[in-house]
Amino acid sequence: MAETLLGAYKVRKEFPGVLANDDISISLRPGRILALLGENGAGKSTLVNILFGMYRPDDGHVIIKDEVVDLRGPDEAISRGIGMVHQHFQLVPPMRVVENIVLGAEPTRHGLVDLAEARRRVVELSERYGLEIDPDALVEDLPVGMQQRVEILKALYRDADVLILDEPTGVLTPQEADHLLGVLRELTETGLGIVFITHKLREVLAIADDIVVLRNGQVVGETRPSDTDESGLAEMMVGRNVMLQVEKSVSRPGEPVLEVEELEVKDDRGQIALDGLSFEVRAGEILGVAGVEGNGQRELVEAITGLRVPSVGVMKIEGEELTGESPRQITKKGVAHIPEDREKHGVVAIYSLAENTILNRYHRKPFSIRGILRRDVIRLHAQDVVDEFDVRTPSISVPASSLSGGNKQKLIVGREFSDDIKLLIAAQPTRGIDIGAIEFIHRRILEQRDKGAAVLLVSAELDEILGLSDRIAVLYDGKIMDVVDAQDANREKIGLLMAGITD
Amino acid sequence: MRPRQKQLLYAGLTAILILIWIFYSADDLQTTAVLAGTVRAATLLALGAMCGMIGERSGVVNIGIEGQFLLSAFAAFTITSMTGSLFMGTLAGVGMGLIMGWLLAAMAVGLKVDQIIAGTVLNISALGLTSFFYDRSRSLGIGKYTNIDLGPLADLPLVGTVFFSRPPLTYLTMALLVVVHIALFRSVWGMRTRAIGEHPGAADTVGIDVLKLRYFNVTIAGGLAGFGGSYLALEAVGTFSRAMSGGRGFLALAVMIFGRRTPFGAYAAALFFGFTTALQNQFQLNNTFDIPPQFVGMLPFVVTIVVVALSGLFGSMRDPAALGQSYEKG
Repeated sequence: MAETLLGAYKVRKEFPGVLANDDISISLRPGRILALLGENGAGKSTLVNILFGMYRPDDGHVIIKDEVVDLRGPDEAISRGIGMVHQHFQLVPPMRVVENIVLGAEPTRHGLVDLAEARRRVVELSERYGLEIDPDALVEDLPVGMQQRVEILKALYRDADVLILDEPTGVLTPQEADHLLGVLRELTETGLGIVFITHKLREVLAIADDIVVLRNGQVVGETRPSDTDESGLAEMMVGRNVMLQVEKSVSRPGEPVLEVEELEVKDDRGQIALDGLSFEVRAGEILGVAGVEGNGQRELVEAITGLRVPSVGVMKIEGEELTGESPRQITKKGVAHIPEDREKHGVVAIYSLAENTILNRYHRKPFSIRGILRRDVIRLHAQDVVDEFDVRTPSISVPASSLSGGNKQKLIVGREFSDDIKLLIAAQPTRGIDIGAIEFIHRRILEQRDKGAAVLLVSAELDEILGLSDRIAVLYDGKIMDVVDAQDANREKIGLLMAGITD
Repeated sequence: MRPRQKQLLYAGLTAILILIWIFYSADDLQTTAVLAGTVRAATLLALGAMCGMIGERSGVVNIGIEGQFLLSAFAAFTITSMTGSLFMGTLAGVGMGLIMGWLLAAMAVGLKVDQIIAGTVLNISALGLTSFFYDRSRSLGIGKYTNIDLGPLADLPLVGTVFFSRPPLTYLTMALLVVVHIALFRSVWGMRTRAIGEHPGAADTVGIDVLKLRYFNVTIAGGLAGFGGSYLALEAVGTFSRAMSGGRGFLALAVMIFGRRTPFGAYAAALFFGFTTALQNQFQLNNTFDIPPQFVGMLPFVVTIVVVALSGLFGSMRDPAALGQSYEKG
């Protein structure tokens, strides 16, 4: 058996302006799980893309089964037994499970696709590995956990002896994630090697045999779960001591600020996404909305911020009707919004930082008078935001696109927080940003709460919900399963609700 | 298809058959003429629709079918008139279609030009080139393709004339419908083609060369439109005239959409649109309505607008998810 199933030797990859991988060496042995841990931008994705043949390294080698190889594309990696489960599933939604699994390696008979044979092989595979699946279902009808199973089967169908999984648990409930970890462990018993990419410390400790920590494109540590713990890993990942737990005081909720009654909202396809939702958020409290993504969170945020018109229901802010108002009018009533997709709805990439700090108030005094923008006022304001919210940038006149994700997010938070706000809608406020920025944004959100704002926090990161919220509402299939007080909540309880299970 | 749509379909078919029977017993000659005209017009539309659907199933919009028809018809006509061979002319039409398909692929897939603009380039150049090189004095020389009777089938009342006593390219088109159907939905090529139109990234990660397959498909599809051009010049009309495609390339796209990007669906839609064309011809011939012929001639296009606008009622079909987008790796 090979000593190294899959490895990198002194791999280096440079993109314009970024050294994404600098002299990285790793080695995966058969039957083991290697966790690649690192923050966004640490170089994990670049490394696995090199291992999978999507990129070619500028320097160094990829090693497959003790052999130095020069991968010209993913098909070559696949044929050498490397399988990859991408973070964004690479499945064709309107096609059947079996078609998706065999696509690109179809069994044929008389020159036509032999679907019966394909189906037979898929069923056999799914039985052998205990990955139950309906081969005739359309992928678009499957929940994400099932889609992921299809992805894994897709790799196994191609006789993979290495599986690379890129952030595989991000879209799963805690129980589904635990189940996946169990499945992966079983897979290694057949000699399969697994590369597991994540930024979740708990998972690394639970599943990995070997841990490699990346930071700024370099390997900064190699360890094993028995030799470390969460704070040890976090320190390696960030390069300094970090507080994993947010410190917060007891909330003193006041009057209801946001009241939502019988809200019904349709999604882009005209299907009901929110089905008769009722809840309230009071001044000085954070209501966390937990749930697997795609259960109505986006539609909820868009409805409250005026980006989507509800079909039925009433929304009120401090007793004043909000339903059907435009986003601008809603902003005027003191609603701040940290949007889920910062690139699309948070900043205008080609505008300067300064311009981005006034996107929600450029039409008002003192930023413009009679339709003319006042550059000097805007610059002063922008400088204030940048200083106060620690946006790391060479200047306020560079385009927003030049900022890192974390700095963009701080810029957005700075813009939204520079007025007195009554209600904050924070959707995935720390997605894909570095730990430093996460800590910073969490502190600022708590600050707003303590100043008396009502906060609706929507997040797919359960730790974030548990850490910040005073009450937690769990959204499943467009309905609120339950609202629990934060002190009574734990991962298991919320996880079951996220899966739609009530006892 | 959902049960309700199926019911609608069967109800519609029954109604059509009953209507045909009523008209046939009232006036067999005119009914036969209209239905034969229906098949004649449908053949070209079906070929254009197949060209369009192979492109769109792979994620490439082809609005240049009109131009592909026109230039191929010109090539078919010219080569036949020079060589005296209908067969050579047909080949020339197909060849010209392939070239135009390749040109569209080079622009839309290779150079990632906006697909609508690339198609428009084909349309404009075809119109310009054929108008410039058109030689009024040239004629086909020999006659156009003539009807071939399919044995005793041709003697059947009505259907004999309408389906079994047709010229060769019409039969070939019907065979092509079956071939394209099997290719699209049963073959490896078809499965990969549908995959690159829906999610090219997924196809790429399993080692399918998205750009190469799109290139190939758009080129081959051009051959089908080219065949349509040959049919137009050598079988339907028997000569070439300026702008003779007359908007049928665009009509073919409506047919394709209405037929849900499937060959048989498209043929059904083509028969429907073909019927409006044939009916319009018959009205003009008989001078049924005492109004200027231009208005009667509008019939197929008015029906197109109405039908496409109402097509949502028949259950909407989603476009391929990657339609119109050029593919970038990574």
